[in-house]
Amino acid sequence: MAMGTDWTRREVEVAGGKLHVARAGSGRSVFVLHHDTGTPDQLEFYDALASRFDVIVPHHPGYGKSERPQWLRSVRDVAVIYQWLLSDLGIERASLVGLGFGGWIAAEMATMAPTALHRLVLVGAMGVKPPDGDILDQAIVSYLDYARAGFHDQAAFARIYGDVSTDQLVDWDICREMCFRIAWKPYMYSQTLPHLLGGVKAPALVVWGDNDNIVPRSAGELYAAALPKARFEIVRASGHCIDMEQPEALARLVSGFIAEN
Amino acid sequence: MHVMYFTEQPMSAYPADIGLEFGATALMFSNKYYDPVAGSRLYNEYLEQYIYAEEMGVEGFMLNEHHNAPFCMQAKCNIFAAILAAVTKKAKIVLLGNPLPLAENPVRLAEELAMIDMISRGRLVSGFVRGGGQEQLANGVSPAYNRERFEEAHDLVVAAWTRQGPFRWEGTHYQHRVVNPWAVPLQKPYPRVWIPGVLSKETIIWAAKQRYPYIALNTSIEATKSIWKLYDEVAREVGYEAGPQNRGYLQQVHVSDSEEKAEKNARQFLWMQGEFTGLAHPVWSNPAGYFSPEFRRQFVEFAVGRAESPRGRPTFEKQVADGRVIYGTPKTVIPKLRHVLEETRPSIYGLWGNDGNVSNEDARTCIRLLGQEVMPAMREYGKELGLTDPFEADAPVHLRYSKDIKQMPQAAE
Repeated sequence: MAMGTDWTRREVEVAGGKLHVARAGSGRSVFVLHHDTGTPDQLEFYDALASRFDVIVPHHPGYGKSERPQWLRSVRDVAVIYQWLLSDLGIERASLVGLGFGGWIAAEMATMAPTALHRLVLVGAMGVKPPDGDILDQAIVSYLDYARAGFHDQAAFARIYGDVSTDQLVDWDICREMCFRIAWKPYMYSQTLPHLLGGVKAPALVVWGDNDNIVPRSAGELYAAALPKARFEIVRASGHCIDMEQPEALARLVSGFIAEN
Repeated sequence: MHVMYFTEQPMSAYPADIGLEFGATALMFSNKYYDPVAGSRLYNEYLEQYIYAEEMGVEGFMLNEHHNAPFCMQAKCNIFAAILAAVTKKAKIVLLGNPLPLAENPVRLAEELAMIDMISRGRLVSGFVRGGGQEQLANGVSPAYNRERFEEAHDLVVAAWTRQGPFRWEGTHYQHRVVNPWAVPLQKPYPRVWIPGVLSKETIIWAAKQRYPYIALNTSIEATKSIWKLYDEVAREVGYEAGPQNRGYLQQVHVSDSEEKAEKNARQFLWMQGEFTGLAHPVWSNPAGYFSPEFRRQFVEFAVGRAESPRGRPTFEKQVADGRVIYGTPKTVIPKLRHVLEETRPSIYGLWGNDGNVSNEDARTCIRLLGQEVMPAMREYGKELGLTDPFEADAPVHLRYSKDIKQMPQAAE
């Protein structure tokens, strides 16, 4: 683990609202998009990436510390806000690393500006209707059960979340409310995105945990087939939240992929 | 005073032991346990009970709506409202209420309600509700926009009823290119709207701002008084003095020809483990975005099993002691109802007479005693206490039709 990674955390005004943006490291810009359950401030995975790249981790509008835009209606809106943010930050060819729900946002961003990205990484990404199985419905399970469902090994869950505080439950509820505002139906996917992926020119890496109970693997296979330059990788002994459960393995895969020519 | 009869129309013929084992009976409890032969029998028994009730002098019927659950068979309150419009002659048909946010097309709702109003010859009271948490999930509607959809659907229904068509509606949640229903209500300006509720402050405030009577659903006397206090404050802010004509109450009361039988049947009010809407799963009954942010901490803890439901689940004995469940013969029940009337002073009173597995015969006995003895006594006492209902007072249907608005006193310069 990179000890003492120097993260700056600030508010950036985009589309009339304040976005919380954390940033650390230097070199190639890597834009990391968090899960539908929000993100802890500190993660081994983020630190590992920051040891090699300029890593930017925003909180999605309405999630975590970012303000909620009352007008926001779709994940595509979030993708446009992020393209706006990247252009305001002067970043021209970021690599996008989308985790779960963040993967859907990243895929949308890539289809919008197909030449303006270096690499696309989708980790257990939502956003397409799985040909086989359904994406686990948050509305039917408790906050705890849903967060736990993202892990293959509950010991890994405990390492990240400990004895889950009421504050954490409240944060999860706010994230869930945002999901219900912008991703209610169809639930957690776009019917049109698969038809637009063919335009993404950048090399893409699609990574799935071998025990993802939230997004069926068939969705990852669909992404890998639809993206023109995609590769599909499995991480062993991991659930949906590979970044939290197998940070080292994921960081190695992703860093290697972003750095290669 | 307007006194009306209510039943959830319970689907009592379901395997309660399996429901208890499953742990929840709303939303996900499989309808493989729904027996339509029993359903058909029960619907027809309830229908006969309403007709009988009118013969026994009952002056109003309160109807409601719930989905995916055995505790209430009314998957569409407009259906029974339409039936009652045809088979009853005098009783008010009080919908408490149509769950507005569940409507993808409020104009369709406005049409149905106008039809009911005309067919009933102007006996409709068209209450509206937000619908429970499970209702949103059962109907595929996002709970996060529940309150916004409620308010906009209300505005659209009222517009469909009162604005000359054709007109266009480009709203936030509803967009209609041609609103021009060839079904408009008989009652003018439009059927009265009453708003039932339990906890939510926002609903009380909204109802007071519209000048719609608020119907407190079986809340404790103390809680009811707090509701009136808030309603009255808001009423003053918008320029009118609220009173009995703005207040309604729903009371669980079973009346029978013996105390023992009455108690036995009254225990059926807790047939769903004492949950107001059946054995509710904490996650499904309180989806994210549905409850007021002020309750967020309590509800998230309840959702993961760390706390009791903020709605509470007091025992039968406690509810009887609190006066929320009343039972007995007319002789013992009437004084208890008098006490609640004295304390809470509503002009609209719903008597929830029968629930769960109360037999058809006992239900009819209850209806007869309510219609012939209890309700007349309440109406008499209501007169003594000056509990003039909105019909008697010819109260404005909405704030905008008020003739008595006071300007707020300006602070001295």
